[in-house]
Amino acid sequence: MTRPSGGAHVLAVRGLQASVAGKSILRGVDLEVRSGEVHAVMGPNGSGKSTLSHVLMGRPGYEVTSGEVTLDGQDILAMPTWERAQAGLFLGMQYPIEVPGVSLEAVLKESFAAGGRDPREVDDLVESEVDRVGFDARLLKRALNVDFSGGEKKRSETLQLAVLRPLFAMLDEVDSGLDVDALRDVARRVAQAAAHEGLGVIAITHYTRLLSELRPDRVHVLSAGRIVASGGPELADELEAQGYGAWGNDEPARPPGVAPAAPGLS
Amino acid sequence: MKLPTSSLEEWRYSRIDSLDLDRFEPAGPDTRPGGPHLAGSVPLVEAARLSAAEVTAVETVDGRLSVLAPAAGSGVEVTVLSQTSEQPQVEWSGGGLDAFGTANEAFSVDPILIEVTSSDRPATVVVAHHCLSDGLVSFPRVTVRTAPGANLTLIEVLSGDAACLVVPVVDLDVAVNARVVYLGVQALGGRAWQIASQSSRVATGASLTSGAVALGGDYARVLTSSSLTGVGASSRLAAMYFASGSEMHDFRTVQDHKARKTFSDLLYKGVVANKASSVYSGLIRVEKGAKGTKAFQTNRNLVLHEGARAESVPNLEIEENDVSCSHASAIGPVSEDERFYLHSRGVPPQVADRLISVGFLTEVLEQLPLGALASHVEAALSEKLATAEAAEAAEAAGSDRQFTAEPGREELT
Repeated sequence: MTRPSGGAHVLAVRGLQASVAGKSILRGVDLEVRSGEVHAVMGPNGSGKSTLSHVLMGRPGYEVTSGEVTLDGQDILAMPTWERAQAGLFLGMQYPIEVPGVSLEAVLKESFAAGGRDPREVDDLVESEVDRVGFDARLLKRALNVDFSGGEKKRSETLQLAVLRPLFAMLDEVDSGLDVDALRDVARRVAQAAAHEGLGVIAITHYTRLLSELRPDRVHVLSAGRIVASGGPELADELEAQGYGAWGNDEPARPPGVAPAAPGLS
Repeated sequence: MKLPTSSLEEWRYSRIDSLDLDRFEPAGPDTRPGGPHLAGSVPLVEAARLSAAEVTAVETVDGRLSVLAPAAGSGVEVTVLSQTSEQPQVEWSGGGLDAFGTANEAFSVDPILIEVTSSDRPATVVVAHHCLSDGLVSFPRVTVRTAPGANLTLIEVLSGDAACLVVPVVDLDVAVNARVVYLGVQALGGRAWQIASQSSRVATGASLTSGAVALGGDYARVLTSSSLTGVGASSRLAAMYFASGSEMHDFRTVQDHKARKTFSDLLYKGVVANKASSVYSGLIRVEKGAKGTKAFQTNRNLVLHEGARAESVPNLEIEENDVSCSHASAIGPVSEDERFYLHSRGVPPQVADRLISVGFLTEVLEQLPLGALASHVEAALSEKLATAEAAEAAEAAGSDRQFTAEPGREELT
């Protein structure tokens, strides 16, 4: 698989510091992602991985204390969440939120309408994506994420990603709560989006198994709120073999045995 | 007429103290406007009339009969009681009539009696539409009597943008093994006062489904009192309400179990926006002898804006053992997590709140026997929500301007 080296769009994070409930979590993160690139951000529980993705999307309760985030030079941090999404950011959540009575279809159409796209395009796009991500079409009319299984939720997130076609996607522990088939479907669709649609990806994960499908260009290790190491895919292999011990943490980077990863606490 | 006051428990939190009867006068014999009021001119009524192949249509204007169009051979007889000598005895389950129910009995001009005489046919559908005019008080009254095993759907629509006082009464008698579906749609404007009573008695093996949709009204109150009088009788009561601006919705319910193995389930959900308010007060009563009763009551309220207010008062009164009863009530703002999720998909805040609010009410919409009315109710709801959000945004912008116009900050205006 070849990807364009360096793309049309740039998401740049510089010196980002953030706190949650007064507690400092991110202590200066620098990261630059271009269109078509896949970056993996790995790290032990509590290192700040999820905080990074939520801060980029502007989740209430996450306070930026210093630093900047720009998308093609625009100040992302000055925008409310919905404008960040319209500007081209997407957050695939570890625990997608249940929204009773609101269908996936309605959300996608309202998002299109707000972004000046024709909401009528949603139906065709959804139809063409349903099979690619292995999403049960019967769930389209149902309330968002309500009574979805773990796999259905992540397939739904991936479907939304594919239909909304953001420029950059943060995928927060997209591999948690997934069986092998769902993990493969989700990772393949994201990899295709990166390879063929120019999607820039920040894949946040504790374990390396996601990365065997979603081959990252760059791997970053986040520890105690800072990126402490960056490298090519070989860095993930190193973590697979040695765990996070080299960064002062004895957590393995591989789930015990063959059991799927337990829902993380990060 | 001596008015109750809000010091009475039944009128606690209500707006009864600000009712000014002098604002309204009774409709005279010659106030019989036609034209725009005629059935069919209101899309909701039109949809209701199209809900079945054969529909009996009744329309009143300010409590006076204006249209009576019975469907031929439908097994339903509609009588205007002012035109006959017969007066059916109305027995009330909720501890007697309140002052407004009594007034309705005294002042109703053209009380309507609906009798279903046949038991071996599919549901007979009756649509009753009450139109209201400015400055008038009216007392529409609909009484339903069923033969054993009969099957009736009654859709009642209150519509109009008038500044009026309407005191409607519906009395439903559900005979042995009969099945009655009642749907009340209140689509009044923001200047109307409504003080409604609905009573029902459900006999052995019979079932009642009673739904209410409240979309408007300066003050709109409905007292619903459902008695389960025969073994195995069941009732399902559901309501959805949305008050915005300075409107108030006020629901009082009684689920009265008088016989063995009776079942009742109630689900009322409401949204309050802007400076609107709502009251829900519900009682489950299980009388001595009603062993094996199952009774449930759920009231949930979504408070969309800071200035809005909801009250929820559940009550249980159980005089028998071997019963299963529960009640749940909740009042809360829109979930920040749900909001964030929709925002993160690119949905703007006002639209997200509208989706979440309609979604909140969807659980009730799905239970209501709306049929062809569903899309109209949803559209009316969405439109009203959009208006409420726009008003709230304008209000917020206005107060920002005030804030920035404070001394020393003029340069920011």
